[in-house]
Amino acid sequence: MFKKATASIFAKYFAGMAFLFSGNTFAAWNDLNMTEGVTAISKEVFDLHMLIFWICVGIGLVVFSVMFYSMFAFTKKKNPNPSSFHENTKLELAWTIVPFLILVFMAIPASNTLTKIYDDTEGDINIQVVGYQWKWQYKYLEDDIDFFQNLTTDWDEIYNKTPKGEHYLEEVDEAVVIPVGKKIRFLITANDVIHSWWMPDFAIKQDAIPGFINTAWTVVDEPGTYRGKCTELCGKNHGFMPVVVKVVPEDEYHTWVKEKKDAAIRMAELTTKDWSASELVQRGEAIYERNCVACHQSNGQGIAGIFPALAGSDIALNNKPRHIEILMEGVQGAAMASYANQLSEVDLAAVITYTRQAWGNSEKGDGQIVVPKDIVDYKL
Amino acid sequence: MSAVIESHGHDDHHHGPAKGLTRWLYTTNHKDIGSLYLWFSFAMFLIGGAMAMVIRAELFQPGMQIVEPEFYNQMLTLHGLIMVFGAVMPAFVGLANWLVPMMVGAPDMALPRMNNLSFWILPFAFFILLSSLFMEGGAPNFGWTFYAPLSTTYAPPSVTFFIFAVHIMGASSIMGSINVIVTIMNMRAPGMTLMKMPLFVWSWLITAYLLIAVMPVLAGAVTMMLMDIHFGTSFFNAAGGGDPVLFQHIFWFFGHPEVYIMILPAFGIASHIIETFSRKQLFGYASMVWAMASIAILSFVVWAHHMFTVGLPLAAELFFMWATMLIAVPTGVKVFNWVTTMFKGSISYETPMLFAIAFVVLFTIGGFSGLMLAITPADFQYHDTYFVVAHFHYVLVPGSVFSIMAAVYYWIPKWTGNMYDERLGKLHFWLSFIGVNVTFFPQHWIGLAGMPRRIPDYALQFADWNMISSVGAFLFGASQILFMFIVLKTVMGGKKATPQVWEGSRGLEWTVESPAPYHTFTTPPKVN
Repeated sequence: MFKKATASIFAKYFAGMAFLFSGNTFAAWNDLNMTEGVTAISKEVFDLHMLIFWICVGIGLVVFSVMFYSMFAFTKKKNPNPSSFHENTKLELAWTIVPFLILVFMAIPASNTLTKIYDDTEGDINIQVVGYQWKWQYKYLEDDIDFFQNLTTDWDEIYNKTPKGEHYLEEVDEAVVIPVGKKIRFLITANDVIHSWWMPDFAIKQDAIPGFINTAWTVVDEPGTYRGKCTELCGKNHGFMPVVVKVVPEDEYHTWVKEKKDAAIRMAELTTKDWSASELVQRGEAIYERNCVACHQSNGQGIAGIFPALAGSDIALNNKPRHIEILMEGVQGAAMASYANQLSEVDLAAVITYTRQAWGNSEKGDGQIVVPKDIVDYKL
Repeated sequence: MSAVIESHGHDDHHHGPAKGLTRWLYTTNHKDIGSLYLWFSFAMFLIGGAMAMVIRAELFQPGMQIVEPEFYNQMLTLHGLIMVFGAVMPAFVGLANWLVPMMVGAPDMALPRMNNLSFWILPFAFFILLSSLFMEGGAPNFGWTFYAPLSTTYAPPSVTFFIFAVHIMGASSIMGSINVIVTIMNMRAPGMTLMKMPLFVWSWLITAYLLIAVMPVLAGAVTMMLMDIHFGTSFFNAAGGGDPVLFQHIFWFFGHPEVYIMILPAFGIASHIIETFSRKQLFGYASMVWAMASIAILSFVVWAHHMFTVGLPLAAELFFMWATMLIAVPTGVKVFNWVTTMFKGSISYETPMLFAIAFVVLFTIGGFSGLMLAITPADFQYHDTYFVVAHFHYVLVPGSVFSIMAAVYYWIPKWTGNMYDERLGKLHFWLSFIGVNVTFFPQHWIGLAGMPRRIPDYALQFADWNMISSVGAFLFGASQILFMFIVLKTVMGGKKATPQVWEGSRGLEWTVESPAPYHTFTTPPKVN
């Protein structure tokens, strides 16, 4: 089995090498080259990339031919008496000026494309993108839609306990939905450390920096699901925060917007409902798994020295007001962020209740639960 | 006073090295200190290399297998820091110590006691850095570029030790550079004008100025971090009115000259070796010097090409793109000069020449990908992917590291008096050459296909090439054990070397016996 896999890999390697040197094995393009993408800009970027690539190949061929020719023709055996020339002003001027002209030739299309990318006029739809450790938040500024995007690949797949799915590490709970043919402007920032929002098919890569709002825009004409990633080291789970954008026809987009708004109304109803401890714990466990395990671990033990344990923690046992405060405000100077805007009142109450009840905390401490109303009161 | 001079004249045999450990602790001899630097650098190369092996082993297959993401980030951070500050830079300082005085006909470095100090603080710096692996919260995990606020507010407690270690490394580099500059400026043999200096000396003179210019900037950056972490300032903290992008500007104002610090001495080395084994005078000496000077000056105005995606204004993006592309001109001149030196030469292929030729070819490939990265719109796709990893490893491994290995093979007969084993040297070359290319070439492809750098696990479409890249890395890593064996074997014994060593070698260092006596050029030679 292993042998076969290795053999096929080496076959691919040589295919790749052959592709590189022959340049006509176009079947291998997608595996080995930059994506052409699905926007006018991404195609232009791709063409620019290929132009520079072939210029480099051309220069390389000339330089290396002279070099390899010299290596074979002027060995000590074949040419025992070396020439003594060591200067030639004309030649030296030529190979300073000619490369300069080639560079100018490359700089013109590059500058043009760059100028096009830097069009930062308003979009038809403006979406604020906020990077968090380790998820993305999207706010549709015109439609008051607001949601988080989390990796859904199971940790069992990552730790090789179950087979890996088709979109391993490139699948999320909620895709960004945008309509075809509209100018979408992304306003990109971050809440904690620097992230970078990359969608290769749109040729957008823009750093998400706390305190700054960067912009990027796109117009996509082909419906489809496009996958990208965070590309700035942002801590432990940097490799696990993908980006997924779903491009849909316009009417489908409007349906989606309506559904999102209806869901927000249902959420408001949940906030006023009477919650039992077990309901909260059940809901809270899922929230915890998605938002907290990365640092505090699923057994609530944290990681010594960086992320405090929640199991047996005095705050989780006996100090309900402080417990709520930490979730709402974060901890200054530490990795703990504020979740006041990341989670709904219901989810905040649920996850606090869960951590006060789980791992034996309910027996050791006061066992008080937190209901959504507590969070609403805190916000007042 | 005259009595002292007299005893120098008559009792040369009292001035050999001291015995035992104190020889190395108290030495002010440039050759001893050069050897210390080189061995230290090799030890760091193995430690940093072991970390690279951990990284490649984890990336051998998709999924998490041998380390946790948290530890993976510590490995990639320490690998970068150790290779840059512990392996490549000290190796070049070691070569400068050995070679600069002998090449300019000076008896020693100008400031021998400072020379001792600048070496002996280094092991402490790296002891501190490596000890952070055993601290609560683990070692630095924010990448060798340590972008704030990941390296400040969100860093493990060991970041303070990291900052202290960087300060010590910086002090060491600055002292080393002062020594190089003072030696070159004041201690050249009579008749050796600046434009008659060997190119390795020129390359180090320029490098030393770069170091003095930018190491204090790095020290400033880490000090600001220290203030942010412990003293309540907000240089890089947006919540306090600070600016995380400011950190990147400061870091890369250091960082870009730093990459030339790691390649300029390699240019010098390659020039000597290609000239020697082509048995033909180097083509375009003067343009080589001007090319290095131009590269050094340009290196101060291109830093933001590392930051094309941080949201700079269009004018800045255009300026830094054009300025970066310009560097291709002097770099091209150097490559053309090397090729023309070989043209109509009388070439033989000993191990140093093989490494030097591989250096020229593979460094040029790294230069091409560098040119591609300079094109801002395309950089939006390349930035922070494996394409970048492939690019800088092409200029650093078959670039800087190959040049260091070439230098070791080239000058080791002068250092030890023994010839290395040519057959083993060639074997080491071919294993390294194949290993390097199998490791790093496919990384261009997985980068273009969309794999970000600094991730411990990846999507399935990148699996095949990662596996091949890992196999190449294991081969390259293992080959370096052979290198250690070859060097040790040469130190122990071997065919005796003549003073000239190589048929085509020229320069003052080849006029003294092999091994070079403990003290050389106590009376300056005359240079015509």
